Amino acid sequence: MSTPALELKGLKKSFGKAEIIRGIDLSIGKAERHAVIGPNGAGKSTLFNLITARFAPTAGTVKLHGEDLTGLEPFQINRKGLSRSFQITNIFPAMTVFENVRCALLWSMGYRYSFWDMVNRKRDLTEGTEAVLEQINLSERSHLPAGTLSYAEQRALEIGITIAGGANVIMLDEPTAGMSHSETDYITDLILKVTEGKTLIMVEHDMGVVFGLADRISVLVYGEIIATGKPADVRADARVQEAYLGAALEAEH
Amino acid sequence: MSQFDPDTDLPKGARPKEQITTDPSRPSERMQFRPLMIAVAPWVIASAALLMLPLVFTNNSALTIMNQMSITIVFALAYNMLLGQGGMLSFGHAVYAGVGGFACMHIMNMSDFFASFPLVILPLFGGLFGMGLAMIVGAFSTRSAGTVFAMISLGVGELIAACSVIIVAFFGGEGGVSGDRTYAQPFFGVEFLQQIEVYYLTAAWVVLSALLMYLWSRTPVGRMANAVRDNPERAEFLGYSSRWVRFYSFVASGFFAGVSGGLFAINYEILTEENLNTASSGVILLVTFLGGVGFFFGPIIGAVVFTLVQTVLSLQTELWAFYAGSLFLATVMFFPGGLAGLIMMHVPAFKMGRARLLIVPYLRTLLPAAIGILGLAALVEMMFHFRHAATGDNEMTLFWTTFDSHAILPWIIAGAITLIGLGIARATAPSLKDAWNSANTAPASQTVKGGAA
Amino acid sequence: MDLILVNLIDGLVTGLLLFMLSAGLTLIFSMMGVLNFAHASFYMLGAYFAYQISIALGFWMGLLIAPLIVGVLGAGVERYGLRRVHKYGHVPELIFTFGLALLIEELVQFIWGKNQMPYNVPDILNFTAFAISGAAIPAYKIFMIFVSVAIFIGLLFVLTKTRVGMIIQAALSYPRTVEALGHNVPLIFMGVFGVGTALAGVAGVIAGPVLGTFPGMAFVLGSIVFVTIVIGGLGSLWGALVASLLIGWITTFAKSYNIEMENILNGLGISTPENLDESIFRDLWSLTSPQIADILPYILMVLILIFRPAGLFGKRST
Repeated sequence: MSTPALELKGLKKSFGKAEIIRGIDLSIGKAERHAVIGPNGAGKSTLFNLITARFAPTAGTVKLHGEDLTGLEPFQINRKGLSRSFQITNIFPAMTVFENVRCALLWSMGYRYSFWDMVNRKRDLTEGTEAVLEQINLSERSHLPAGTLSYAEQRALEIGITIAGGANVIMLDEPTAGMSHSETDYITDLILKVTEGKTLIMVEHDMGVVFGLADRISVLVYGEIIATGKPADVRADARVQEAYLGAALEAEH
Repeated sequence: MSQFDPDTDLPKGARPKEQITTDPSRPSERMQFRPLMIAVAPWVIASAALLMLPLVFTNNSALTIMNQMSITIVFALAYNMLLGQGGMLSFGHAVYAGVGGFACMHIMNMSDFFASFPLVILPLFGGLFGMGLAMIVGAFSTRSAGTVFAMISLGVGELIAACSVIIVAFFGGEGGVSGDRTYAQPFFGVEFLQQIEVYYLTAAWVVLSALLMYLWSRTPVGRMANAVRDNPERAEFLGYSSRWVRFYSFVASGFFAGVSGGLFAINYEILTEENLNTASSGVILLVTFLGGVGFFFGPIIGAVVFTLVQTVLSLQTELWAFYAGSLFLATVMFFPGGLAGLIMMHVPAFKMGRARLLIVPYLRTLLPAAIGILGLAALVEMMFHFRHAATGDNEMTLFWTTFDSHAILPWIIAGAITLIGLGIARATAPSLKDAWNSANTAPASQTVKGGAA
Repeated sequence: MDLILVNLIDGLVTGLLLFMLSAGLTLIFSMMGVLNFAHASFYMLGAYFAYQISIALGFWMGLLIAPLIVGVLGAGVERYGLRRVHKYGHVPELIFTFGLALLIEELVQFIWGKNQMPYNVPDILNFTAFAISGAAIPAYKIFMIFVSVAIFIGLLFVLTKTRVGMIIQAALSYPRTVEALGHNVPLIFMGVFGVGTALAGVAGVIAGPVLGTFPGMAFVLGSIVFVTIVIGGLGSLWGALVASLLIGWITTFAKSYNIEMENILNGLGISTPENLDESIFRDLWSLTSPQIADILPYILMVLILIFRPAGLFGKRST
């Protein structure tokens, strides 16, 4: 068996006395589309933040292609080929759409901290940026400040920034949150298109999106994964049913 | 557009399309392969202007003012690499200019070494020393931006300024360090005895530094400085360490600040504690912000205007710093874009050919406002004279008029001018606003709406 | 031994004075995220107002009224200046307060001129409280300690025991929640800014007679106050207290004991170079502790920032 793209072992996180993530073991294979679902407050975003070193875990390890990520900074993890989007749109609003994407390409195209290359004289950068813009259908918006785009367009741009650097593990945090049906369908298609052949890990509330996209699903409840498997198996799992129905019943009281 | 056409996918009117159509202040060419002509034109024009200026202003004091301007331009541009482009507010940036300048003075005094190269490359040494210091300080100060960075810059600035009276060997104590620029190797026979020769040396360095700083802003690390300024966390998830991006900006800024210090050394042949202290750091913040931090050319405008105001106003009144401070505070509160921001606000109206609609309303509001402000200044001056002039010295001269500051009539006149001027300005302000809106709205046949806000 | 006691008292006076400024600054910072650069300017205004009032009504009325005026001015600055700039972000806010500091200094020069004001210790406190083996301790110093401690205890009481204090403490951490609970957070901000500046005003009133009332007094103390709260850890009230006292004592002791760098270096086993005057390190060799007393806080700050970036008691690094 080949090394999984992402492997979590005994991952735990406490804030003060509250244990938010209580020991997660998860292994996600190469080119797998994996969705993490669960009721509100289950710790899905925290899990994302632990994997990408936005928070330091209390215990446990994260391995990317078999390599331990403990102690690395977010930018170092990104350079190893893991890229993420955010639950709240996180772009550079004052810059143009074009520049947003170009910034995302700089490191991976090897420009690093160069202060001798002129970005607008580099054909590979311009072409690469245009290709990404084409993929996310924002070519015609490319010279507008990103902050003036519509919400759905900003989300698309965020996905574009996330995939632009050519990372092979993509993590999307609720990419369709707050969208209308047509927008959701559009973003779902977009995700399918841009993550072709890559490992995708996403947190999502919209079950339609999850069951349409994911190869496998993990259900996170109160900081623990109670089930992992193919969509059909997860749907049939008694504990999952209970967790969701239970939560729904609790919410009614 | 393929799948996602907003006109079909979104309910009609859900997103105002005209809002997106054009923002004329952001020409699309800016990012792309811009025609070389347009890119080079401002630099050629600026260089030509710098060449011709001494033919118009021939006397030495004018040259001195222009040199002062040039030095301030380099320093302000360097400062804006931090503040405008990198989002780092420094309260101690004079230190890097000062240390660069002091280093140049010491090189001037090392006669053998100094005689081995022409004076024109001396500012380079200033830059290197400024850069060296910036590397040391930046190693710990660029860890974060914002308030913490500002505080560290202040602390380090104060520390080095205080050292200037303790480390006498380098800073020369109270008297500073002085030297003679003419001991350098002659540069094609030029020994820089004449002010005009120094002018051309300074002008050449201004153009070179400004060009390099502009090009820096177009490089990967320069673009990422903007990205880190706006959203450091996102930049980290694009593979860039915010800290290192800030560090590179800081070091580059230190280099050009050092260059400006070297130019100062050449021009004045003396450096003192004043070149390093917090007051000088404050002045450069003021200059840069006044000019506008949002545009590359902002600090240039700031440096030119500030130097003029300083020279002209300080000859006229003791209170010039008070006026400069008021102007600065008003800028921060009402025009955070500075002068450059004010200028660029008019670009949409010009592009639509409707700027002329503004001329008359501007005259109607700004002229009375200017008169009112002059009246206010007269009141301030009279108050100052009333309070601080020696007893019995009741006469003062203001706007070429001599009068008794203890008599009631001048007070009434000045007060009336102030009230009437500001009153008219206030009364005509709504019509100016209307004119502004209509100048920024395309004729009714089109649906384009400019950035009136 | 006696000298140590005298220095302890002197350092305590300086430290508590610093604390009166750094406490207000910390409160304002942790509440609004604004580092008020003009804080020391309000301290200066306190001294000048008190001087002006003391001419007409005497020292005690000055002590009572001047801080009130300063507090009202401070609240006005928050309401009509800072709140306006707030929407542009933190950096413009900082620039605003910096500009305000410049303007207040110019304004003070405009009204009172450039010279030091004859603002003196009131006669009733102008005597020697006690002497420690020949070194006289003026009663005014004891008075300063008394006032500072009283204010500190009052502040602690208000913050921990009263309803207003609890709302303030809650607003420090969760301004949105507190607002949602129906409290007027902008009003609280304005109030905290007013109280913070009034505290600086009190410090000015009681420090004016001993440290001098002149237009540069704000900048002399201002940067030290910033250093203090950076060392203590931005936003930590206890940190501000500890750092204030630390700086008070360090500078006092450095000034009173003439420690020479030459002795230290010799003690470390480095011998003095023979022709010292030609050495480029001559300034290093001839350093004495009183000479560097005033820059010790800055050195301390740089060291703290290198080894403990969050400050002594700081929780947040940003």
